[in-house]
Amino acid sequence: MDLGFSSEQDMLRKSVAEFLTKECPYDIVRDIEDSEDGYSPQAWRKMAELGWMELHYPEEFGGYGDPFMDVLIIMEEMGKRAFPSPFFPTVVQCGLVVLAAGSDAQKKVLLPKIAQGKLIMALAQYEVEASYLETGITMPAVPSGDQYILNGTKMFVTDANIAEKMIVAARTDEGVTLFLVDAKDPGITCTRIPTAGMDNTCEVIFKDVAVPAADVLGAPGEGWQALEAMAPKATLAKCGEMLGGAKAGLDMTIAYAKERVQYGRPIGFYQAIQHFLADMQLAYDTAFSYLYKVAWMVDEGMDTTREISALKAKVNENYKFISERCVHIHGGVGTTREYDVGLFYRRAKAFEFVMGDTEHHNEKLAQALGL
Amino acid sequence: MDYRLTDEQQALKQEFIDFFEEEMKNAPTGMEGGMESNFQNDEAFAFFQYMAKRQGEKGYHAMAWPEEYGGREAPMMDQAIFNEVAALYGNPGHDGWGIGMFAPTLLIGGTEEQKQRLLPPIAKGETLYCQGWSEPDAGSDLASLKTLAIRDGEHYVINGQKIWTTGGHRAERMFMLARTDPDTQRSKGLSIFSLDMKDPGVEVRPIKFLDGSHVYNEVFFKDIRVHERDRVGPEHDGWSLTRQTMNFERSGSGRFVSGLKGLQELIDYAKNTKRDGKLLSENPKVRHTIAQLYADYDVGYALSQKIIWLQEQEGLAVEPTLPSQTKVFSSELAQRRAEFATSLMGLYGQVFDSKWAPMGAVLTSHMQAPGMNIAAGSSEIQRNIIAWGLGLPRF
Repeated sequence: MDLGFSSEQDMLRKSVAEFLTKECPYDIVRDIEDSEDGYSPQAWRKMAELGWMELHYPEEFGGYGDPFMDVLIIMEEMGKRAFPSPFFPTVVQCGLVVLAAGSDAQKKVLLPKIAQGKLIMALAQYEVEASYLETGITMPAVPSGDQYILNGTKMFVTDANIAEKMIVAARTDEGVTLFLVDAKDPGITCTRIPTAGMDNTCEVIFKDVAVPAADVLGAPGEGWQALEAMAPKATLAKCGEMLGGAKAGLDMTIAYAKERVQYGRPIGFYQAIQHFLADMQLAYDTAFSYLYKVAWMVDEGMDTTREISALKAKVNENYKFISERCVHIHGGVGTTREYDVGLFYRRAKAFEFVMGDTEHHNEKLAQALGL
Repeated sequence: MDYRLTDEQQALKQEFIDFFEEEMKNAPTGMEGGMESNFQNDEAFAFFQYMAKRQGEKGYHAMAWPEEYGGREAPMMDQAIFNEVAALYGNPGHDGWGIGMFAPTLLIGGTEEQKQRLLPPIAKGETLYCQGWSEPDAGSDLASLKTLAIRDGEHYVINGQKIWTTGGHRAERMFMLARTDPDTQRSKGLSIFSLDMKDPGVEVRPIKFLDGSHVYNEVFFKDIRVHERDRVGPEHDGWSLTRQTMNFERSGSGRFVSGLKGLQELIDYAKNTKRDGKLLSENPKVRHTIAQLYADYDVGYALSQKIIWLQEQEGLAVEPTLPSQTKVFSSELAQRRAEFATSLMGLYGQVFDSKWAPMGAVLTSHMQAPGMNIAAGSSEIQRNIIAWGLGLPRF
């Protein structure tokens, strides 16, 4: 048993942390949130130059073939900085779907462009009903000659407003089919939804959008399998980002409890505060240990049906618990937009729904346990 | 990063499993309640003693100790693997006080003579210890204890009282903390002793647990004489060593693996029990609560594995905050599980282990649960320790 990080992983973590601390202090995070594009093109370019995007992609497609755990480390550090970027939808979700379902030709075109920071992508899966299940994908794609015509509404599509390409899950006679769609198609109307994350979560309306049959990703009817193939790593990555945020909020709050004086003592002297912080640390440490255990299992190619759902269900609840207590312990100042700790409270609510909420994962886990 | 056991470790684990599978064929019923329930009746305790000696013969109690004291000089990891397997079978024969606390105290703070004399009987499973720390007026605030041990030549004369002494009515010996300097207060002036529970000056009075079982006791000392060779560590300065005693082998991994195993029973019950025409497992609340319990046991287990690994790196005395985390987490989780399991059974949730009880000793674990949140440092004390580990001010 060796539960430590390698020195290369420690170095990666350090360089990501240094880059983000310099490039994106929390004040800039709020500026990015308030900007129209919701990301920093300059930081995105630099990240690509640093080689973060292609770490996990196979060497034959220009990547380094690193274990996914390395991507997780990047996500965790991004979470600590509450860093808004298209990394998760583009590199993780869409990149992994392309890897799982794309033809060799598609991979050779798309993955190197992602790696160079020249292609932002968005995944359009959810719909108005807000189901996480395969049955929730109802938007029709009707064949017409050597094209498909897409009509309908996709919801909660992150970065659709800045993406060049979208992967759209729609229904054909064969079942769920994935389409590689030009995001700037005139038949597409994209509107940002005001969300807790203050990010690029969009409603996307498709009106007679024609997609060449050559731009189907994988075989028609096999789209759900591709989404399922992406899900464990994407869920892990999001959990890493969430726990990074939990850790940053917790550290801020511990520091605050040591310096804020009331009744002549730091508030961290009082047991009410100590016990909250103990429970928060416990919620963090248990989930963090599990995060990397599950990451190891995923990299080993083990079946992680139970673990991924257990992890997301725990991280959802623990991040909400930790970030709420962080605000609470800060008192009034914690409730202001200009104070950093609130960034995590908002993200905890926003990320709860990314890759499945607690209810969804509890049910998945119950099924995996034979119930 | 690698969570895998080596081939040797895997083989060892299998050896332990085979051992328990074979030996447990002769176990009396009602052993599921864990170590404590072994002390309740003579039949259970006889089996406990038998298992203690069998494990002693195999060297399982003291895998990582030096050979000269009865150990196998194996890595700490081997002991952790054994403890985990043993927990799956309710730890029959495990002396949590002698093996878990006093022996490591001796290993880091005893004299050579004490190690030679006191460790081998523990390693062989021949001498069962109990723990003499708590007193009526010294619970969470242990350092305020009042039992006196006054020097008289080469001896100490001990007078006073201990309480909540689990297994005190079964143990041969007690390791305990007493005040050797009567003019001191709190942690100064305390010393550690090992004493004979069969001494005529020792009186053990049972305290019935709230479910009627006899697990713990009051212990009174009247002018008992203990030779100075049975004082462990420096005179008047037993506190720093005691602080270390609190932290030995507290990964808690056994509590999580046995909890996961116990969940299977709950799953089977929910899948096979109908009420009002529906299987319990059809109820989303039941499904999701079981899922949450599973997730909690699994994340807790991951943290305990980290402690085992840290222990491998850093030796016997690990930093206390992580063990405090698994302690408070596992005891509160066990309570939640017991509360859910008894409620799930409906009217049967009130039934003690008997032919009417659908899941054996579940109610016993429910009855014991509040005690588990108090014993070995209450949940509040554990939270203080965690908070102090974060650098918050101590009181």
